[in-house]
Amino acid sequence: MRIFVNGDQHDIEPATLALALDALGYGGKKIATAVNGRFVAAPARPKVELNDGDKIEVVAPMQGG
Amino acid sequence: MSFYGVELSSRLLLGTARYPSPKVLVDAIKASEAQVVTVSLRREAGSERSGQGFWSIIRSLGVRVLPNTAGCHTAKEAVTTAHMARELFDTPWIKLEVIRDDETLQPDVFGLVEAAKVLNEDGFEVFPYTTEDLSVADRLVEAGCRVLMPWGAPIGSARGLNNAYGLKAMRAHFPDIPLVVDAGLGVPSHAAAAMELGYDAVLLNTAVAEAGDPVAMAKAFALAIEAGRMAFAARPLEPRDMAAPSTPVFGMAALGG
Repeated sequence: MRIFVNGDQHDIEPATLALALDALGYGGKKIATAVNGRFVAAPARPKVELNDGDKIEVVAPMQGG
Repeated sequence: MSFYGVELSSRLLLGTARYPSPKVLVDAIKASEAQVVTVSLRREAGSERSGQGFWSIIRSLGVRVLPNTAGCHTAKEAVTTAHMARELFDTPWIKLEVIRDDETLQPDVFGLVEAAKVLNEDGFEVFPYTTEDLSVADRLVEAGCRVLMPWGAPIGSARGLNNAYGLKAMRAHFPDIPLVVDAGLGVPSHAAAAMELGYDAVLLNTAVAEAGDPVAMAKAFALAIEAGRMAFAARPLEPRDMAAPSTPVFGMAALGG
């Protein structure tokens, strides 16, 4: 299955958002997520099954004005 | 001064971007005595740690954060970003920016009002980055915003108060809404001028971060904001068209011969 994380393509086994994030090294990090432009709260990540072609955004705190 | 029920003693809100180093950022925030700093959120890869490191620094300072939606061009993007920010930073506060055009970074006031409605209904406490347009400001207040943040000048332009008349009119039109001049300031006198108009606070970033000595500039802005506020409270003179002697003329010696 092909997904896009922050614009980069990844080929993964079918998984939930939580499992995919762990596999990509995000485990334990302070992040927020959206799938296909929709916010997915942290408690919902284990329940969100990813589909082929899904676009995932993973953001972290950053400097801002 | 309070924003959404949160009492603050400092009237300076400081941005955290563009400092030459994390140490200078920390020292500038301390020198400014700001109690609120703006932050943002950006993509991070699983292997990166920069966002986590930045967050540790901010947490260690014990300041309140105001996350922004910088870079969003539509109401939908801004709303999704606000949700991510609320979870990430654990605050209902959001500095709402919807930008129309990357050249001017001018607020898209239509998208701004649209996003503000959605976010206010969803329990956010919205700080909208707007222009000094009174109709837009009215719409934002109708949408539930209890703080307004008109620009001084375009973001990062260091031009000061481009439309002091418009900002003054806004103060008069919204006597009970906390008003913050956000963006476009270059030097402390710009901030003092905003405070002399009766604004409640000033939000700035680049003027401090890109100064030759950001820590000294942070302190200079803090002093100017305090001076400007004190001057406003002391009720300044209105400008006059004609001269008025400051030295009394009554009792002058008649020396004309």
